[in-house]
Amino acid sequence: MSAVPQANSATLPVLEACALAIGHGQRRVGTDLSFAMAPGEVLCLLGPNGSGKTTLFRTLLGLLAPLAGEVLVLGEPVAAWPRSAFARHVGYVPQAHAGIFPYTVEDVVLMGRAARIGRFAAPAQQDRDHALHCLNTLGIAHLRQRIYTAISGGERQLVLIARALAQEPVLLVMDEPTASLDFGNQIRVLEHIAQLRQQGMAVLLSTHQPDHALRVADRIALLGGGRLMAIGTPASTATPERLAALYGVSKRAVATSLGTAIATSHPPETTP
Amino acid sequence: MTTCVKEARQASAALCPPAPAIWLPWAVAGVLLAAVVVAAFALGKFPMAPADLLRAVLARSTGAASGLSPAQETVVWNIRLPRIAAGLLVGAGLAAAGAAYQGMFRNPLVSPDILGVSAGAGLGAVLGIYLGLPLAVVQALAFIGGLLAVGTVVGVAGLVRRHDPVLVLVLAGIAVGALLGAGISLIKILADPTTQLPSITFWLLGGLNAVTTADLAVTAPVMLAGLVPMALLRWRMNLLSLADEEAQALGISVVRLRLLLVAAATLTTAAAVSLTGIIGWIGLVVPHVARLLVGPNFARLLPASLLLGGGFLVATDTLARTAASIELPLGILTALVGAPFFLFLLARPGRGE
Repeated sequence: MSAVPQANSATLPVLEACALAIGHGQRRVGTDLSFAMAPGEVLCLLGPNGSGKTTLFRTLLGLLAPLAGEVLVLGEPVAAWPRSAFARHVGYVPQAHAGIFPYTVEDVVLMGRAARIGRFAAPAQQDRDHALHCLNTLGIAHLRQRIYTAISGGERQLVLIARALAQEPVLLVMDEPTASLDFGNQIRVLEHIAQLRQQGMAVLLSTHQPDHALRVADRIALLGGGRLMAIGTPASTATPERLAALYGVSKRAVATSLGTAIATSHPPETTP
Repeated sequence: MTTCVKEARQASAALCPPAPAIWLPWAVAGVLLAAVVVAAFALGKFPMAPADLLRAVLARSTGAASGLSPAQETVVWNIRLPRIAAGLLVGAGLAAAGAAYQGMFRNPLVSPDILGVSAGAGLGAVLGIYLGLPLAVVQALAFIGGLLAVGTVVGVAGLVRRHDPVLVLVLAGIAVGALLGAGISLIKILADPTTQLPSITFWLLGGLNAVTTADLAVTAPVMLAGLVPMALLRWRMNLLSLADEEAQALGISVVRLRLLLVAAATLTTAAAVSLTGIIGWIGLVVPHVARLLVGPNFARLLPASLLLGGGFLVATDTLARTAASIELPLGILTALVGAPFFLFLLARPGRGE
């Protein structure tokens, strides 16, 4: 059928950026971006507004052509992947949006099956079962018949994660999954990311909150001034010095706000 | 903890039966449609008793003599059958095209008129009437005009890459439609006010009264050629109502799929306009009513729009030819229903939130 790479996913990086330059047309947003993600790894991208996080994600997802360099998914250039085969390996979770038509939550999640069913087919019972399984994974099966446009923003974000899970990907790309969520929903989404990691899924996410990165990431990458300023373990990368340089604030301010964040980011295990 | 999850899963599975029985609404819709069709056959200047209708159908299917007068036979088979068949086909086609446009352009307020299809087909037909060309050529011109209009709109929208592509497409459609409307007005000014102008005006208002079996035989296959891709891609169509990049990330070739479905919906619309003239509002109103009844999932919305559109146009046409002593132009009645409905949609508070 299609040229799906016969990759041994245990050895190959799920995602690899090689000397990547990103941007729109003449406007170059980032250059010389190189990194790789191992299977089952959670990589968190930190960077100030306008640092090119979204542009980088669009390039990694093959939605925007790189200005230079290339992106490999399971060892194969993104440009060489057929759209549907790519969607069977890489799931994308956009920021929660309102939607236009009042689809049910189940309808929305079933759209994640598009790359796994025939061109002229509609989802079958097994797809419905799988959608329910994905909703169950996120603990929102009770929303199944609710109207997507009428549920809360936090619930919508979980539904979009469920839709991406319905693609059965090996890599999940999440664009600021905790943005515009309340405190409780932020914690819930982070817990689900940790849970997916345990199940062996690689997750690439961006966030504006370093404490979120510290909580879930295996590694953290700092994107600033169009370059990868650092990439490595949370402890060695998200240091007050580096964060201060990245966001253009004082070291002390970073230490203060991170200190409180760390203090509140480990709630007692006994909380209901 | 584990048992808790398992129980929750079982409970949710029990709450949501795998395949809910959804045939009942379809059966009701089918019965209603059949009732509308029977009423359309029975009512009119020359009323037919249902028993006579049954006799005519039985005689036609068995080849025996029906015992009806030749005048009755003519009314059933040569006058009402093509008219009702055209009503079903055109109503269904316009409603399906409208549902497809609304989904593809992520805008519940658009209709087949939005791409200038109706105006383009109208200009083509009016030009044919003005030049005194035979009916078949008039229809061909209407068809070509519709396709040229949508080609222009899509082409212009393709050149403008700075703005939101959906908005550009809709605005380009409005601009091209206005330009084509000006062309129609120009021809109306130039046309002979005693011979050509009445037929142009009547055609622009739309109507099923001039449809013959021969016209139907030419137009129906074209319209079906437009409806078949929509029917085959009816579930996949849902993904076009997402942002383009989201749909692409879900594995859809958005540009190709949208082009294909725009072409299919436009073919259907142009064929409908070339058969019956411009019948407005159906492509806007019917998909909305259908969406209220069966939800936005195009896999259900398409058949619901087909059924409702066909039934609505046949019912409206029956009203048009029985309500007053003269036959009312269809476009007036559909506007009477459609325009208030459009305003209601605008005024209605948004769902959810």
